[in-house]
Amino acid sequence: MAEYRLMKGNEVIAEAAIRCGCDGYFGYPITPQSEIMETLMLRKPWEETGMVVLQAESEIAAINMVYGGASCGKKVMTSSSSPGISLKQEGITYIAGAELPCLIVNVVRGGPGLGTIQPAQSDYFQAVKGGGHGDYHLIVLAPASVQEMNDFVALSFDLAFKYRNPVMILSDGVIGQMMEKVKLSEYKPRWTDAEIQKISGSWATTGKTPDRDYHIITSLDLDSAKQEIFNHKLIAKYKTISEKEVRYEKISCDDAEYILVAYGSSSRICQKAVDLCREKGIKVGLLRPITLFPYPTKIIQEMAKRVKGFLAVEMSAGQMVEDVRLAVNGKVPVEHYGRLGGMVPTPNDVVKALEEKLINVK
Amino acid sequence: MTEEIIIAGFGGQGVLSMGKILAYSGIMQDQEVSWMPSYGPEMRGGTANVTVILSDSRISSPILQEFDTAIILNQQSLDKFEKSVKPGGVLIYDPNGITRHPVRKDIKVYQVDATEEALKMQNAKIFNMIVLGAFLKLKPIVKMENVIKGLKESLPPRHHHLIPLNEEAIKKGIEIVKQFSVN
Repeated sequence: MAEYRLMKGNEVIAEAAIRCGCDGYFGYPITPQSEIMETLMLRKPWEETGMVVLQAESEIAAINMVYGGASCGKKVMTSSSSPGISLKQEGITYIAGAELPCLIVNVVRGGPGLGTIQPAQSDYFQAVKGGGHGDYHLIVLAPASVQEMNDFVALSFDLAFKYRNPVMILSDGVIGQMMEKVKLSEYKPRWTDAEIQKISGSWATTGKTPDRDYHIITSLDLDSAKQEIFNHKLIAKYKTISEKEVRYEKISCDDAEYILVAYGSSSRICQKAVDLCREKGIKVGLLRPITLFPYPTKIIQEMAKRVKGFLAVEMSAGQMVEDVRLAVNGKVPVEHYGRLGGMVPTPNDVVKALEEKLINVK
Repeated sequence: MTEEIIIAGFGGQGVLSMGKILAYSGIMQDQEVSWMPSYGPEMRGGTANVTVILSDSRISSPILQEFDTAIILNQQSLDKFEKSVKPGGVLIYDPNGITRHPVRKDIKVYQVDATEEALKMQNAKIFNMIVLGAFLKLKPIVKMENVIKGLKESLPPRHHHLIPLNEEAIKKGIEIVKQFSVN
């Protein structure tokens, strides 16, 4: 029988990291994600798998420890919440520029500034459109359940190493703090030195041997012509990712006249809103982007040919809605509904917004 | 079956752990469950609440505006959540310290004197299990044997010797819950 447990999303991130053979976690506490490091410290994986768990002196130190570990081909990660993720941006863009695999977990809280400790989705732009400087993208996964908090840790590392690209799990205070039934992954051992050599031996700083040249990890090239070539290489990589790694879920979309677009915790609220609408006889469906970069643009383009309108529901002043608008390209109305500052909308709020902004508009 | 519950009271009354035990009991009989707490500064000395959902099918929103059952353990929570009970739904409250009692006539209101009973049983910590008993009498959505299994899963092993006491408290709650007629 499946081993189901009742756990918080944050606790599950920690457990999943241990079980997928993560080599190191480096972090600094901040609400609402402190349970990630707390759980790791309680679990003491260094006694079990040899995984390093380290509370750094700051978020900046933590992300640079990740930079170092990733340079050696290790499976390393960090986690934080919005203000802490802002501090990490310099390290994140360097990691992207050095083409290193790693996992960054953001359990989003309201902002700007220190904001609030309650849930929000106002870091979409930061996660999806850069955050740090320069032309780069993270692969961004948005879990909508505690089970997905488990599943996406191993998936993130798979994608990170497949594309030599940092991956972000963009969660929020709801998914991090709530408990649900979860089936944890089976244990996978940490990679041996030989395995690291096989997987990342062509680039990782694993120790120079006489038969190969130095491996240099850097994001600096003072020769602009070479830097431009590198930028084009990154663009080509992001294009491949956009073609191959789009993930989304459709709920009740087949006969829908209106589509709610929502990710993470908002998508859960919207699922209930879809049920409430259907009870009233309004044909509504839900599109849940699972990857935020790459974004499910094509499916939205297709839907725009036959539906009457889209409502993007997100706990922000309107960020993801811009990607919906780009996909729809003016064909049908696209509206936005969101609560701010750590306030979470209820399903009834979403139904009301849909009626006011799209259905009852003359 | 889907049962949507809010449990609300002071931090320290065992609101969150009652919810956790209920959720674990649901898992023990193969239900889908969610447990969404209020978190942060609210937990220190202020009010604490948790939304618990048990269902036979996939749970959509873990955050709700209306509930099938509200379990209310202080005045602030009563003021806040009485209006959130669905028409025909259930409100269970401990009258201890309550000066403004429920007024709605379109819901079923019950009292459980859990504070008083916990005093009689000389253990303040089983207060929340008395309340849980009251809930289970009115909404027997999980079997007693699964509640005991749920207790085992949610309590650390060093507290397992207290399970019989908790069971006794649940039975007391089942026994003493009574309907309250709203005037």
